[in-house]
Amino acid sequence: MDKKETMIKAKDLVYEYRKYDEEGRERELIKAVNGVNFQIEKGDFVAILGHNGSGKSTLAKHINALLVPSAGTLWVDGIDTKEEERVWDVRQSAGMVFQNPDNQIIGTIVEEDVGFGPENMGVPTKEIWERVEESLKAVNMLKYRHHSPNKLSGGQKQRVAIAGVVAMHPECIVLDEPTAMLDPNGRKEVIRTVRALNQVEDITVILITHYMEEVIYADKVIVMDDGKIVMTGTPREIFSQVETLKSYRLDVPQATQLAWELKKAGLDLPDGILTREELVEALCHLN
Amino acid sequence: MIRDITLGQYYPADSILHKLDPRVKLVTTIAFLVALFVADDWVGYLVATVFLVAVIKLSRVPFHFMVKGLKAIFFILLITLIFNLFLTPGDVVLVQIWKLKITDKGLHTAIFMAIRLIYLILGSSVMTLTTTPNDLTDGLEKLMSPLKKLHVPVHEVAMMMSIALRFIPILLEETDKIMKAQIARGADFENGNLIQKAKNLVPLLVPLFISAFRRANDLAMAMEARCYRGGEGRTKMKPLIYARRDYYAYGVVVIFLAAIIAVRVVL
Repeated sequence: MDKKETMIKAKDLVYEYRKYDEEGRERELIKAVNGVNFQIEKGDFVAILGHNGSGKSTLAKHINALLVPSAGTLWVDGIDTKEEERVWDVRQSAGMVFQNPDNQIIGTIVEEDVGFGPENMGVPTKEIWERVEESLKAVNMLKYRHHSPNKLSGGQKQRVAIAGVVAMHPECIVLDEPTAMLDPNGRKEVIRTVRALNQVEDITVILITHYMEEVIYADKVIVMDDGKIVMTGTPREIFSQVETLKSYRLDVPQATQLAWELKKAGLDLPDGILTREELVEALCHLN
Repeated sequence: MIRDITLGQYYPADSILHKLDPRVKLVTTIAFLVALFVADDWVGYLVATVFLVAVIKLSRVPFHFMVKGLKAIFFILLITLIFNLFLTPGDVVLVQIWKLKITDKGLHTAIFMAIRLIYLILGSSVMTLTTTPNDLTDGLEKLMSPLKKLHVPVHEVAMMMSIALRFIPILLEETDKIMKAQIARGADFENGNLIQKAKNLVPLLVPLFISAFRRANDLAMAMEARCYRGGEGRTKMKPLIYARRDYYAYGVVVIFLAAIIAVRVVL
């Protein structure tokens, strides 16, 4: 197998900020990200898990150079994010989708919003139109191109936001809890879109989430707690360790949970069952 | 309730006026306003009337949409009419009620003033009804772009305007939501005198402002993440380019303005 190229590499990454009390006196120094090392290859689908305040969003903002590390280094596509003059290259190669779909759509018409990124990059007009069309097609929103974003559902808005990033032709997309504000249908839409982008367009995806069901399709899972990476592995490896996950205040997918409980009760089931289908299969093979 | 407010009163239709470049429409509106103040006799107003009627016909916007705009200025219109009617001194007194006199000159200025105001509103209504707020912003940005040399932040102002337009419905919706949440907690927005009512708005405004700032923060980050760095080096997805019909329109406007001036000078 070919050795894949490195998309993102973090070395001893630290991000700290100071908290002040009302009189402006320094109260404490908080390390939101505390000595993180990891590497993400091109074309991978990586999920970052962690409960609230574990530092996963802070880490995500580093990948887009919205935040610069206090110590350590982060390379995106070989560029050190601390190099100020190349910050726009970083942002172009690592696009970012945020949690609230309303607060990241700039245009008053869907197609104008998708064109916003390429406009900023100085892409010629004719090419902007081509990019807008192909990006909207990639997220399956082409028929809404003339609509106002206000009239779309949450899942549709989030897909428009993703198209807006895709139009910038990034190598990698960071999605910071893109489904947190959506209903189950919207969540499915968005995750399906993201997986398609990863598989068809071969875009590296970094999905930050706390919904376990979204993680099972990832190539690699990184679990964060208290600013540190505490677990890394395939979803199957991670979800085999139900008790460790629980100690980080994380849940496991429903099927995994059920299998684990059954196993504790004495049934002979394998570790790391992820989906309902796998559980059914395993249960049928019991006798 | 609150959501019924529409901002920018664009009326979608398929007409030449809708297709014109927003810059043409802006310039025409300004020219029309100037013409209204240049014209000072019946012939001049006849020319303006013909122009206005033609434009309204071309716009294919139902006339009652334009009359809507007149309702808002009804009282201003009435007051102007009364003041001009009674307080303009003149040679011939037509009617005298106690100390108030209506003179021939008063009647003349009152009628002209009223026509002027009505035409002014109708003329600008035609523009706002046939141009989307976005196009208007674009047009303004392009028209004002020479001011950039004087360090006027034209692009930034235009960007702010279009973001405001995008967020008005969102903030209205949010106001609605907060209002309902506060009503559920016992807030009263309906009763009391004016001062009490204003005081009662505080629990509505505070959360609204906080949320607006949070949104602004999020949006700024999203814009930066998408490589926004001001107007420099930026290309346009929908650049404004004059088509042939725009030049024709400019031609018509020049002829109209010339006619008005000619009437003023000759007569």
